[in-house]
Amino acid sequence: MAETHHAPEQFTLRVRRFDPESGEAPYWDEHTIELEPHRSVLEGILQAKARFDGSIGIRCSCRAAICGSCGVRINGEPGLACHTHLDHARASAKDGVIEIEPMGNMPVIKDLIVDMDAVHWKKIQRVTPWLLAKQPVPEREYVVAKDAMVDVTQSMACIQCGACVSDCLAMEVDPGFIGPAALAKAYRFVGDPRDDRQRERLVDLSEDPQGIFDCTHCFKCVEACPKDVNPMGQIMRLRRIAISDQHIVDANNGERHEAALTTLVRDYGLLHEAELPPRSYGGNSWFGKFHPAAGKELLSLLPTAVKAIARGKIGVKLALFGHKIPPADLQAVKRIYQTVEGRPERYELNLYISGEDEEERTPVGVTVGGDGGEDPAAAGEGSGS
Amino acid sequence: MPAHDVLIIGAGLAGQRAALAAAQGGASVAIVSKVHPVRSHSVAAAGGINAAISVDDDWHSHAYDTVKGSDFLGDQDAIEIMCSEAPAEVMHLEHIGVTFHRNEQGLLDLRAFGGASMKRTAYVADITGQAILHVLYEQLMRHHETVDRFEEWFVTSLLRDERGRCCGVIARDVRSGRMEVFHAKNTILACGGAGQVYSPTTNALIVTGDGIAQAYRIGAPLMDMEMVQYHPTTLVENGLLITEGARGEGAVLLNSEGERFMEKYAPNKLDLASRDVVSRAEQTEILEGRGVGANKDGIYLDITKVPRKRTLEALREIVNIGKDFAGVDITREPIMIRPGQHYIMGGVKTDVNGATPIEGLYAAGEVACVSVHGGNRLGANSLLDTLIFGRRAGEHAAARALSMPMPSAANGQLNDDVAAIDAILARDHSGRRISEIKRELGETMNQYVAVYREQEGLEQALGVVKRLQEEAASAYVDDHGTVFNQDVLGALELGYMLDCAEATVVAAIERKESRGAQFRTDFPERNDEQWLKHIDISLGADGAAGGPQISYSPVTFTQWQPEERKY
Repeated sequence: MAETHHAPEQFTLRVRRFDPESGEAPYWDEHTIELEPHRSVLEGILQAKARFDGSIGIRCSCRAAICGSCGVRINGEPGLACHTHLDHARASAKDGVIEIEPMGNMPVIKDLIVDMDAVHWKKIQRVTPWLLAKQPVPEREYVVAKDAMVDVTQSMACIQCGACVSDCLAMEVDPGFIGPAALAKAYRFVGDPRDDRQRERLVDLSEDPQGIFDCTHCFKCVEACPKDVNPMGQIMRLRRIAISDQHIVDANNGERHEAALTTLVRDYGLLHEAELPPRSYGGNSWFGKFHPAAGKELLSLLPTAVKAIARGKIGVKLALFGHKIPPADLQAVKRIYQTVEGRPERYELNLYISGEDEEERTPVGVTVGGDGGEDPAAAGEGSGS
Repeated sequence: MPAHDVLIIGAGLAGQRAALAAAQGGASVAIVSKVHPVRSHSVAAAGGINAAISVDDDWHSHAYDTVKGSDFLGDQDAIEIMCSEAPAEVMHLEHIGVTFHRNEQGLLDLRAFGGASMKRTAYVADITGQAILHVLYEQLMRHHETVDRFEEWFVTSLLRDERGRCCGVIARDVRSGRMEVFHAKNTILACGGAGQVYSPTTNALIVTGDGIAQAYRIGAPLMDMEMVQYHPTTLVENGLLITEGARGEGAVLLNSEGERFMEKYAPNKLDLASRDVVSRAEQTEILEGRGVGANKDGIYLDITKVPRKRTLEALREIVNIGKDFAGVDITREPIMIRPGQHYIMGGVKTDVNGATPIEGLYAAGEVACVSVHGGNRLGANSLLDTLIFGRRAGEHAAARALSMPMPSAANGQLNDDVAAIDAILARDHSGRRISEIKRELGETMNQYVAVYREQEGLEQALGVVKRLQEEAASAYVDDHGTVFNQDVLGALELGYMLDCAEATVVAAIERKESRGAQFRTDFPERNDEQWLKHIDISLGADGAAGGPQISYSPVTFTQWQPEERKY
């Protein structure tokens, strides 16, 4: 039994302030508070509010990481203030002072309060965020597999705090990207066996240029999420279902790009970068790149290729012939493909159950991390071949 | 100037359910909430929702368990309605998308809960409240054309017409500071309890008794206010809730000698006796020196008895709470808990349709007292209460609205509220800080109006509350802005909390017996002859100046006569 009685210590908080009525620019404000080190940053802010300055603006309510109100950035990283210990925050601070700022990618209203309606909730509404139930509605409950409900509970566990939206790199570049929270919400319906519009939802999200193929796999949302919803993992699952199960060939080339990547790795053992665009646009054949539809896209990429060669990022030989790896290694890669593709059904992690338990029951060799989605085996599953 | 048939204050489960029901009933509907709807405190409800849906269950059994749990203070007509309508309500939730966990046959799985004679609690892991709340909000988004949402609007008072009927509210847009009158034929309060009156509490910071006090101030009676539930398992560290679902899944309580002490207090139901019984047992163990921890003020909750995989799947939230807030891996070691304030059974007195004695005013959920919980609420009956009576209030208010004109408000009320806020902003720094008053209130209530109570302590608490009421009148704020001025709203909330606290203490002094959550060490027996009745607290004809007036109302009996209560 861990006893957690520690003496109170002093912590200095540096809070980003912004008063929209003052006409002044945002500024930093420091307060020193005294609390036990395992208390939360939120408790620290509330103490500063209670003792020194009641005008510090922050949304907060439950104190237990369930209401999703107190999303902020602490030392530059997004998260819930109530879910971050003061001592941990101090340890990650660059000068021992805990820096608290409003979340990113959303306009600031006041101090630590951002306009979630303008960004987050608008994106949630984009994904038709309600069940379109199969008809007829049964008299009692829909009979569905136990695992299916546990599975969607992971995305259901999203508390809409916006931490993932705050630091989504794709959204920073393309504010129109539907984004991690809303796409995780979309999976909650696509993965729900009671929903009647799975294919329509997937076609919609695949065809939207700012949909599931706009994610750049940066893992920021996975790190940011205080509830282990793993938004990027949910996006990858949407892709796999769209591609492998529903065979949706989208205008964004997402399906063909994924097929190209996986077949190239199978054929060469490593990614053949120069061959990737032709195969993505032209399909899985050497002649495909001469397909008229592919020609235009490929021409548009030519300057990038020339630049890459000119700057030494890629050699001419490598560009033409790709990587060569020892035959034994290539065979090993192929064996991975055979193992994965030989399975009767796709191996989806039940991500709602924490990774630890997975280690206990997953045989060595096919173990994949708690994040799922981005391991080689999973990528292989997505292969269209 | 918005005007609606049905105006709902609060957007937790009761409020959202009321809004959807009223819209379906053909009414024009608005829902106003001081926080975004998904931040409402219903989100924190963990364990599940009770309904007799199993083929070998019967709603009568659920109703009897509820009556017994209430220590026979619950009104049996209301309890019958709640329990008989429960299965259809749970199926409705399932149909609109709640991801209730299933059993191996693919049907709704049920877990054991306190005070229940069989497994009848449907659940979504231990985030049931969140799962239902988010699904209802999905429905509000879907029906955005029929339900107007006013998110982050803070209600300052209820609006009245010349005859004293409720005809809407006055509210402040938190974001802009703008004050506005909302006209309505019917107003439904669904804005939760008053847990912040206590410190510590499992309740969120927003749970400040706004609706209870606002109704009280326009003359609505409050009922059962002395009945304050202490949950048996709250974290010693900071008062956060550990769901009863843990014990439902097989966790047990242990004292410092490693004894499963509930064998002494409730030989049949053990750790799953009703909450008042378990909390008293824990408190007795602590008082008698068998507590655990450095201050011997805790009890061990041993969840390691539950298979690890099951814990990770079905109790994930408390795995995280243990890890994040107490540094304990609950799958490997016991966690230190103690009784903590969790719920108020009392509230604004309503009938079974949610109507209060004030014409045009309804209440549903924790803000209301129907009374289905009487002296003690059973776990997983609160979600049910919010949904059943939220829906009924919405339906009834919508039907009533169809046959009435829009009432007109008495003059001057908006100006009064604007002036009241301006006066708070203008206070000089000679008084106390709001946060100090709030802390003293919480600690006082937790000391004297807790699991065990007696006359002297209660009178002391009343004295403190009255002093704090005076001090609150001059407490100052730091923020003088209009945009998200949380400071000035905090001053208003403090006033609401003090009203609730006063009603609770007055009623606790009045009830000279022990029943349900009220245990008087100076009157340790239940006394059906004198006290099998509700205590109503209301403001008399002279309003706040006259102070709280006490009256009584009878308990409704249908099938079950009072008997000795044993678990």
